[in-house]
Amino acid sequence: MVEGGLPDSRLGGVHNLGPSSPGQQGLPIPDSWGVEFGEPPGTWGRSCVDPAPPRSWKFLPGSAPGQKLGRQGWVLPCAVLVPQDTSVLAGPVRAGPKRSCWGALSSSRLSWPPSLLPPGVFEKNREQLIRKTCEAVILGTLHPRTSISIVLQVISDAGALLACCLNAACMGLMDAGLPMKSLFCGVTCALDSTGAITLDPTAKQEKEARAVLTFAISSMERQVLMCTSKGTCSVEELQQCIAAAQRASGAIFQFYRDSVRRKYSKT
Amino acid sequence: MTDFIIHFLFSGSITTADGSALVKLGNTTVICGIKAEFAEPPAESNNKGYIVPNVDLPPLCSSRFRPGPPGEEAQAASQFIADVIENSEIIMKEDLCIAHGKLAWVLYCDFICLDYDGNILDACTFALLAALKNVQLPKVTINEETGLAEVDLKQTNPLNIRKHPVATSFAVFDDTILIVDPTAEEEELATGTVTIVMDEEGRLCSVHKPGGSGLTAAKLQDCITRAITRHKEVKKLIDKVIKSIKPK
Repeated sequence: MVEGGLPDSRLGGVHNLGPSSPGQQGLPIPDSWGVEFGEPPGTWGRSCVDPAPPRSWKFLPGSAPGQKLGRQGWVLPCAVLVPQDTSVLAGPVRAGPKRSCWGALSSSRLSWPPSLLPPGVFEKNREQLIRKTCEAVILGTLHPRTSISIVLQVISDAGALLACCLNAACMGLMDAGLPMKSLFCGVTCALDSTGAITLDPTAKQEKEARAVLTFAISSMERQVLMCTSKGTCSVEELQQCIAAAQRASGAIFQFYRDSVRRKYSKT
Repeated sequence: MTDFIIHFLFSGSITTADGSALVKLGNTTVICGIKAEFAEPPAESNNKGYIVPNVDLPPLCSSRFRPGPPGEEAQAASQFIADVIENSEIIMKEDLCIAHGKLAWVLYCDFICLDYDGNILDACTFALLAALKNVQLPKVTINEETGLAEVDLKQTNPLNIRKHPVATSFAVFDDTILIVDPTAEEEELATGTVTIVMDEEGRLCSVHKPGGSGLTAAKLQDCITRAITRHKEVKKLIDKVIKSIKPK
């Protein structure tokens, strides 16, 4: 049994992108959000949250507060991916010269604010997962002797964080215009004690779940690029979760397409 | 998929540690030492102890590692072992508690790789299982008058191992070919790796696929089937070794 497994109901807000211009009929998004594409992330605010809105997504390709690096290198625009309460800011995606031969993803930094401690083993593990997923899709050989660094800043965490980071990373890479083999998206599945699958769980659901699985699904043939599990599950449940995640990824990729189309239709 | 190279497992090699095991998978050699110490239980759950795994990949094992703080691979391996311990509930942390809110055991599991030839995660998981089976914890009583712990080294109890998780790693080449138990050379050339941890009930404790080329669900299923057979083989080997250890 897949609860709300149909992508549309669960990710309800795939189409709730909010008005891109004041006059346009949007869906009920608080006015305090008031963000449009192209605005620098600094001016974006989220002061109020509706009591029980569907988890809506926003893609905001922004212009990073323009920093020119002293040496060679350039800062590319960033993207913010916001599924309701969990938000991750990705970027700037910076490509610069590197001594070693192959174009490789040199670093992807995840910072949990406010963080007084240096990144621990858990964060390093997360970084490795995201880094290897990105490495698999980026065509590194087209950019030899280059390092690509992705900085992911967690703004708020309300569950499904790793999936959110993956989505933000992919959109950041798309926004930066780096050549990729395929796109990928992150999907989290939570299995509760009865075996019901919940996609995109909240923090509370994750805590109460028996198992939480996160997948990175690629847009080419919906292959599983990355898989992480917490808790135990049976083999059949894993296959069901993969199938559910693959179905949900369709909706996420459609969201990517819509966002990019919206961005470029204005300019 | 190929067959496995013969393993070598030796338990109880370090006499100063409370439990130890040496595992050799092909050329990869990992030694695990477990030390038990006292600590106060964590504030939020005062009837639990701690298990702290730490994987060390020193420059001794391979020229790819430099001296200094642990690199990303070592940290990722440590986190993987911590996840396996938590997911599989190999030991219930409640079993490590001596007195609620006052005293609990901390098991420091240190893994040192002596020879790195790929497949470090599998080796560490076997070493962990064998070493935990080898651990003998002394009996501890809290003296009512002084409030101090009294350790009786003559009476020792083994740990209550609930589950036996076994890891199986595969190297993926170009989305189609899967090689089981990869060596360092195969890992370097591979486009991705998958590690599957199963316990004896056929439940998946962990599916760890850190990026790399994509796999279809069917291929993942093949991996899982192979992991199930692997589990049976490894369990037999561990049981044989534990039986053969002479009691101290």
